Amino acid sequence: MSDVIRLGEIAHARSGDKGNHANVGVIAYTAAGYEHLGRVLTADRVAEFFAPLGVTRVERFALPGIHAYNFLLHDALGGGASRSLRTDTQGKTLGPALLEMEIPGNHSSWLTPSSAPKSPAASPASR
Amino acid sequence: MKTIRIGNGAGFWGDSRLAPIEIAREGRLDYLTLEYLAELTMSILAHLKSRDPAAGYVSDFPDVVRDLLPVLQEQPGLRIVTNAGGMHPEACAKRTAEVLAAGGLGSTIVAAVSGDDLLPAIDAHLAAGETFAHFETGGPLGDVRSRIVSANAYLGAEGIVEALGRGARLVVTGRVADASLTVGPALHEFGWPGTDWDRLAVATVAGHLIECGAQSTGGMYSDWTPAISLGDVGYPIAEIAEDGSCVVTKPDGSGGAVTVGTVAEQLVYEIGDPAHYLTPDIDADFSHVRLEQEGTDRVRVAGARGNARPERYKVSMAYRDGYMAAGTLVIAGRDCANTARHCAGTVLERVRRAGLLPERTHVEVLGTGDSLPGIPLVPAGEPWEVVLRIAAHDPSREKVERVLRELVPLVTSGPPGVTGYAGGRPKPHPVLAYWPTTVARELARPKVTARTAEEWSR
Repeated sequence: MSDVIRLGEIAHARSGDKGNHANVGVIAYTAAGYEHLGRVLTADRVAEFFAPLGVTRVERFALPGIHAYNFLLHDALGGGASRSLRTDTQGKTLGPALLEMEIPGNHSSWLTPSSAPKSPAASPASR
Repeated sequence: MKTIRIGNGAGFWGDSRLAPIEIAREGRLDYLTLEYLAELTMSILAHLKSRDPAAGYVSDFPDVVRDLLPVLQEQPGLRIVTNAGGMHPEACAKRTAEVLAAGGLGSTIVAAVSGDDLLPAIDAHLAAGETFAHFETGGPLGDVRSRIVSANAYLGAEGIVEALGRGARLVVTGRVADASLTVGPALHEFGWPGTDWDRLAVATVAGHLIECGAQSTGGMYSDWTPAISLGDVGYPIAEIAEDGSCVVTKPDGSGGAVTVGTVAEQLVYEIGDPAHYLTPDIDADFSHVRLEQEGTDRVRVAGARGNARPERYKVSMAYRDGYMAAGTLVIAGRDCANTARHCAGTVLERVRRAGLLPERTHVEVLGTGDSLPGIPLVPAGEPWEVVLRIAAHDPSREKVERVLRELVPLVTSGPPGVTGYAGGRPKPHPVLAYWPTTVARELARPKVTARTAEEWSR
């Protein structure tokens, strides 16, 4: 097994706009995966990934009850919904993009969906 | 224990026209909420009102209510709470009341909730010491003052609670916080004190989870597959109980999915610090929320907490900021991505030679990852065609216009394989930029006008 994994293999995400800032919420599929994200998915790492967009600062907030970290990306949207010249003025594609990030480590316990039942169609294993 | 079902049938102005009628018909609702106002929708409505004094509200809302007439006849207990009033709640209430009266529901009480519009008195507020400094940068209002198009405080649930208490079956507000459309009915039904922060937090998280429509029921979901049908997607319903427990679900038999995954994604949508989700009603703490699948398409939401509401109202201002436009062409053929970049250079060179280069331009070759410029994504194979998109922004309409004017000639004077120009040239549109700020609560008091539909129609 490789010791690098794609973030999207152990987590899902959603992004949106807050003025000229954007946020990406990253939700681990398992408690073990959440612990790992706490170590490797730092604010600095996310800031580095999104630096080409002009992001000036990244803050990370924990939501342990849903195994998630929320990243607030300052100045990510090239002017925000009203002034941005980009196609994606509202940061809708930031979540799918971050899931492509490669992170160190690999463990089968990160891949198993958490104890909460999911519909078969919604489980990561069926993707 | 008393439980109420609040369903949301619109997540923005432009959401599905089927959704309100389907959730009202199938959702066994006590309340239907319809949320229409994004940050800048108010400025668009202000612009419409400036051209027609009777306009300024979500113009197709009366049509939505016309669609809902049979449901309102069949379900006498169903109430509607909406921010469709936009810049002009009274005009919206009147026009909608006429629809109700014509549909045989003339005795229905319709309430308009206004008081959020700060623009008429803004100079008096400035003179009285309000600075309207930028919420994030602290920057002064300065010359933005002369360009303001709209200035609205985000009101809370207070006006909605008053309207429901006066018997309103349809409550039409202006700018209120999205979650307050849900908090209002909960406060009215359960009589919780407005300072019961933990229960208010439950209603607030419920409102947050349903306010964007199908985004909590399978829309936008990372793990979406075609097995989650979206053509008949059910819009979300929050079941809130008197003890402050809450379940998110959707109408029986509808498409979509309500899972821990879909709800968790909506919990983190457009939030900053989850420990301080600020609304006019509360400083809510979502950081320890837990989600549990208690049945098919039923997710229990627990662990929300709250602290006292912020002292000041958040205000959303919009101001004129020049003109913007974007034009697209399709470039097809071998090596089309490089060809497209040359095409963009050609257009901008011609504009520059005319002395009309806008202050800001942006080129995207869509199909190559340019929607997120510079982010290393999955390497794609060489595409057969790409979309070239050039966008421009400048105080001068003429400069923005010229970029669009020089784009289409690429069809004849550019490289081979340029197409997709049918449908006419886009027009520059005025930019309404966003200025977030705050105001003292006493300067934006909710004003409730409640009358029967018949009385509004006179």
